[in-house]
Amino acid sequence: MGMTVVEKILSRAAGACCLKAGDVVEPAVDVAMSHENAALVINQFKDIYKDTGIDARVFDPSKIVIIFDHRVPAESSKTATNQKKIREFVAAQGISKFHDIRGDTGGICHQILPENGYVRPGDVVVGTDSHTTSHGALGAFAFGIGATEMASVWALGSALNIEVPATIKVVVSGKFKKYVSPKDLILHLIGKISAEGANFKVIEFHGDTINNMSTSGRLVICNMSVEAGATSGIVPADNETVRYLREEAGVKDDISLVQPDKDAVYDSVIEINASKLVPQIACPHTVDNVKPASELAGKKINQIVIGSCTNGRLDDLEIAAKILRGKKISKDIRMLIFPASARVLAKALKKKIIADLTEAGAVIVNPGCGCCLGVHQGALGDGEIALSTTNRNFKGRMGNPNAEVYLCSPATAAASALTGVITDPTKGGK
Amino acid sequence: MAKVVFKLGNDISTDIIYPGRFMATVLPTETPQYAFADYAEFNARLKKKEVAPGDAIVAGLNFGCGSSREQAASCLKGYDLAVVAKGFARIFLQNAINLGLNTIICPEIEANEGDELEITREVVINKTSGKTFKVQPLPKARQAIIDAGGLIPYTRKRVLEKHGR
Repeated sequence: MGMTVVEKILSRAAGACCLKAGDVVEPAVDVAMSHENAALVINQFKDIYKDTGIDARVFDPSKIVIIFDHRVPAESSKTATNQKKIREFVAAQGISKFHDIRGDTGGICHQILPENGYVRPGDVVVGTDSHTTSHGALGAFAFGIGATEMASVWALGSALNIEVPATIKVVVSGKFKKYVSPKDLILHLIGKISAEGANFKVIEFHGDTINNMSTSGRLVICNMSVEAGATSGIVPADNETVRYLREEAGVKDDISLVQPDKDAVYDSVIEINASKLVPQIACPHTVDNVKPASELAGKKINQIVIGSCTNGRLDDLEIAAKILRGKKISKDIRMLIFPASARVLAKALKKKIIADLTEAGAVIVNPGCGCCLGVHQGALGDGEIALSTTNRNFKGRMGNPNAEVYLCSPATAAASALTGVITDPTKGGK
Repeated sequence: MAKVVFKLGNDISTDIIYPGRFMATVLPTETPQYAFADYAEFNARLKKKEVAPGDAIVAGLNFGCGSSREQAASCLKGYDLAVVAKGFARIFLQNAINLGLNTIICPEIEANEGDELEITREVVINKTSGKTFKVQPLPKARQAIIDAGGLIPYTRKRVLEKHGR
């Protein structure tokens, strides 16, 4: 009986032959990522060693990555103190893959991991962030865990008692229309299978649309797989994965391309025709409340956000700049752009993308997560509406339970910035 | 006996259970004050200790969806609440088990605020309505952690074994 790509990855990582969905394993972890919540991980980690007489040392400092992104620069003395404690821990344990608040190497964890080549196809990646699913874009099995579970990984080097998940195969074929993007594809899929449609399962992406998709686009669809409840999303590694790792992440060593077997057993198969997709919007307050943008056209908005681990990459900023170049955003809205990393921002500056955006009236915020989850900058007022390229629209998400968040692609966000109302980018201005 | 102190629908996100703006607070001793912070009335009842340890929140499908923030589990554990839901999101369920928060998967549960529940490993009996509902076992991989009293003692035992103690 054949194996899915995740069954193969877990078989290798657990040193077991031919695992299948439902088996319980303890896979070795290749990458263990945390952000500011490392403060809690450190607390729990020390608790594990309490009264044991054993020195609390992490299993392998080279496999641990810590990135400051959620509240950067610190918004409060509490955060600043937590960040200080993490820096001290990082130094004491010899953790070298540490990304502090910096304008050259800083950024959002789900961009820092790929752009530095920290994740390879076939790896087991855990992160104390639900959007760790992103790294399936590189053919890794990547999933979110809580802080106490991470403390356990730091101590033992393996993820405990993992049930091998069943896999849903999603086959996407056809070419996207102009201004339709991977974001529209994943919003469509979440709307189709619901916010819990893939709970405890993996989504494995296939088809010519995926083969032709850049790693940037694959990061979008894997990132948001968790919004359908998936343990992870994954694109089996291919030539594009190798290209990205060699050319953009500077990886020199061998890369193995782990593939699913032809006769792998899937939980179900879903087929999507990408050429028929239109721009999609997830309406408040659940990500599966998805409608075509055209149905919402004309709805007034107060704030546009382009950025985050979902859609803050160079191609996202580039398409927004293309739509806004030489024009002005509506005087009735404010537009915030927060690039996914310092490297993305530097490239966007060099390509004059940032100039196009600011001359149109957008505000550039430093790379970070804050605005997406309402912890730092960009909060909404009572009764206000945001249209955002981020990944969640839960009640209270952008810092105010009396506000609404709609989710969309960068092209839809930019087209709507010009009009001040929700606008389908494929249909031009309102 | 567990009294139903709060009833909720489907897809209750961790942003609802523990809003993001309080995420700089991480310690389990400090998180309970922000449990359901945007539901002022319930939050006030919790803080005034009007809810007894062992009392239950009843919810629909996909409870705890969204962020991996462990505060969403630790803030409820702080009041020793039980959560009876038709279904849970994966990371929340795992966090709850790791911290020893009592989570009961009960796909058919019917209960209203004020109802009295008797909760066992196999069933939930709604004493108020007289109806009995089957409990779905937790993912099998998780029982060992519950039996050890949570993930920290479980891992501590493993660390001691690793060091031959």
